[in-house]
Amino acid sequence: MGHIAATGLIDCDIHPAVPGMKALLPYFDAHWQEVIDARGVDGLDLAYYPPSAPISARPDWRVPGRKPGSTLADMQSQALDAFGISRGILNCLYGGPAMYSADLSAAICRATNAWVAAEWLDKDDRLRASIVIPIQNTELAVDEIERWAPNRRFVQILLLGAHESLLGQREHWPIYKAAEKHGLPIAIHAGSAMRHAPTANGWPSTLYEEHCSFALTFQSQLLSLIAEGVFTKFPALRVVLLESGISWLPSFFWRGTKMWRGMRKEIPWVDASPAAIVRDRVRFSLQTWDLPPDPTQLDQLLEQIGADDIFLFSTDYPHWRFDGGDPTRGLPPALLGKALRDTPLATYSRLKETA
Amino acid sequence: MSSSTLHAPTRAKDPTLKLVDCDIHPTVRSMKDLHPYMSTRWREHLATFGQRFRQAFVASTAFPKATPQLARRDAWPEDGSPPGSDLAMMQRQHLDANGIDRGMLFPLFPRALDERNIDCAHAVCRAINDWQVAEWIEPEPRLKGTITVMAEDADGAVAEIERCAKLKGFAQVALVTRPIEPLGRKRYWRIYEAAVHHGFPLGLHNSGNNGHSVTAGGAPSFYFEEHQAVSMSLHAMATSFIIEGVPERLPELKIVVVEGGFAWAAPLGWRMDGLFDRFRGEVPYLKMKPSEYLRRNFWWTTQPMEEPEKPEELRQMLDWMGWDKIVFASDYPHWDSDDPRHAFKIRMSEAEKRGIFAGNAEAIYGERLA
Amino acid sequence: MSASATLTRHVVAKVGEIPERGSKLVKVKGRPIALFHVDGEYFAISNVCPHEGGSLCHGKLVGLIRSSEPGVYERTRPFEMLQCPWHGWEFDIRTGQSYCDPDSIKARSYAVTVKDGAELAEGPFVAETFPVSVEDQYVLIEMK
Repeated sequence: MGHIAATGLIDCDIHPAVPGMKALLPYFDAHWQEVIDARGVDGLDLAYYPPSAPISARPDWRVPGRKPGSTLADMQSQALDAFGISRGILNCLYGGPAMYSADLSAAICRATNAWVAAEWLDKDDRLRASIVIPIQNTELAVDEIERWAPNRRFVQILLLGAHESLLGQREHWPIYKAAEKHGLPIAIHAGSAMRHAPTANGWPSTLYEEHCSFALTFQSQLLSLIAEGVFTKFPALRVVLLESGISWLPSFFWRGTKMWRGMRKEIPWVDASPAAIVRDRVRFSLQTWDLPPDPTQLDQLLEQIGADDIFLFSTDYPHWRFDGGDPTRGLPPALLGKALRDTPLATYSRLKETA
Repeated sequence: MSSSTLHAPTRAKDPTLKLVDCDIHPTVRSMKDLHPYMSTRWREHLATFGQRFRQAFVASTAFPKATPQLARRDAWPEDGSPPGSDLAMMQRQHLDANGIDRGMLFPLFPRALDERNIDCAHAVCRAINDWQVAEWIEPEPRLKGTITVMAEDADGAVAEIERCAKLKGFAQVALVTRPIEPLGRKRYWRIYEAAVHHGFPLGLHNSGNNGHSVTAGGAPSFYFEEHQAVSMSLHAMATSFIIEGVPERLPELKIVVVEGGFAWAAPLGWRMDGLFDRFRGEVPYLKMKPSEYLRRNFWWTTQPMEEPEKPEELRQMLDWMGWDKIVFASDYPHWDSDDPRHAFKIRMSEAEKRGIFAGNAEAIYGERLA
Repeated sequence: MSASATLTRHVVAKVGEIPERGSKLVKVKGRPIALFHVDGEYFAISNVCPHEGGSLCHGKLVGLIRSSEPGVYERTRPFEMLQCPWHGWEFDIRTGQSYCDPDSIKARSYAVTVKDGAELAEGPFVAETFPVSVEDQYVLIEMK
């Protein structure tokens, strides 16, 4: 832990939990307050992190009577203070982006962002956050970005792993234009608005299978962003994958590059291999739980991935990825080298500011 | 040398090195080729209404492919009939030219595995099976057949497996890999029990359209994406089999994953294992780590060959998954097919070559390959 | 016959024999070469794709497709790119360079000239088994 204390740990994925709609209510306008009350709108935690499932919170971080990660005091004592975190990026996973009504979605996203700003950012200097947006309506999504971008403690834009349409598709481009303009990376977090089955083969029985299959969703989104030309059109845009795992990268690189050699005429604006584009423009959060148990295989895997400046350290608090007091345990030095500080600072220009 | 460039051929001119090709695609010149194997009722139905798939077009899949008929441009017979429809040309261009000792037929066209009309699907599957025997396996003993069955109706599928088990020349059972529900789900288990009972491995070649988007985030725009998404659907398929408990229930089931690549195999095992502790309570019926089922019950074909940035990374990938888990496949006559002489960009020992080019397939299929 | 190190010219086709955008597989010094005809010009590259050995004479001649921005398809140099008949890799028929890896992956290209039959009668050239008549024009491949 010495290296962390010396430099100040930057945690790129922390999840504050919305305790319930009641907590958000002050951040809606009168109309939406009435709707939420009259119709009993609540229960919008996302189904792929059911609050009681083991993955959703470390057992020793569970406090009877409240959701893990739902109070600043818990987060401070369990994570920020415990691990010596100097900067932590909050990614609030709540149902706003998944609503079908664009207006309701925009209202919940706006309230969520306001709640994060008031209840977390304003109360702890170490915290930064991502803007959540109603992606199904591009105009409303851009409005939400414009509303929060002047607050320099919002450092990126957060998207769920899967929505109505693939993220590269051109209807989304005004979002990327706004992101690039404000120097905000686009983060894609494991999960789904459940508009489509979690796999091409339909609906699996278990949450376990869904979490395994997120790797495929991430790959599909990267292919979409590459093929549609998002990286070509927005040369300063960075994409961050949160909780994607990394061991699928070599096979993704090889397959993508092989297909590019044969099919690049279909997407002629893609003038570099998918492997090169991803290494240049995409960053990946650690915790990792998909690494090989054998150290030789791990060395080979990292050699195949072929980049040491694409990883961002995170605790994934309060999700249960590791035990004990050292969130770097089990992560090999080759992964951690730049992930603890250099790569986060290079990825998030706003992290360098003292706001 | 780049991993993508030609080097000295892998296969020495060693006549004792056998070659088994686990994926060859025969096709019909037209649906009329199936008429002798179908009742009048279905001939007329198909002539009038055609086939019903979950797609917008009468005669095209949703994403135009790289080439007409998915084919190598040099595989068209001179009379213009579809690549893969002319046995003599297949013999000349592939079996003889590449020294194939055994070739596994895998009929993908006409499509039957994902036909929406279940009775029609059974009729076409049955016709394809009889057509394989009469037009390919009997005239060319190097070729072995794949029993194609309509999985959405397990009773019908089991009946077809039982019928074909009495015929000569079949080596495996195929069903759609993008079914209405993931293949691990219980509605399909009877089919697997029948396959195990008759000693048939499953040969699962990416196929079909179930109406679900090919990605969890919606339909892609480009074939560049869709081709890879279809390959990834096989990762999800393997995950489904294991996590739903199929190999736990049927330890003898052999699953050969055809045309999905193989660089994902070991990493998928790591991912499933890495999450296992958190989800064990959801799947208490799993007695082993997921990677152990992957290792015990699954095999992969080589095509489309993995092409790492450095050739030796291919060796690492094979070390990770196990050299006994991989069998050569050409995918002849499709555009992304592999040439057995040039597909491998690494030097392999004689033992490694013998395994990949024949021994591993012989171990899977046993006397059905004889 | 010239010494092997010096340049030799080999008559490989008669002008008019290969239709526009057609190809012919020829052998020079035992090497298979794909000869193409595009708009009155002839191009020769090794018939063996450097990837997996696909027979390039069966490839598809296409335009050079580039793009200044997503959604824009700019087609130049009609039919001067060759796509391998197997995996679709693109090669510049003037240089043999692959599109995706122009510096490291090439199909070997050969200089091609067109001569009158009367000129050829003066030599030096290698007709091998190819009959030459003074009335016609011929395609020659230069090879070291």
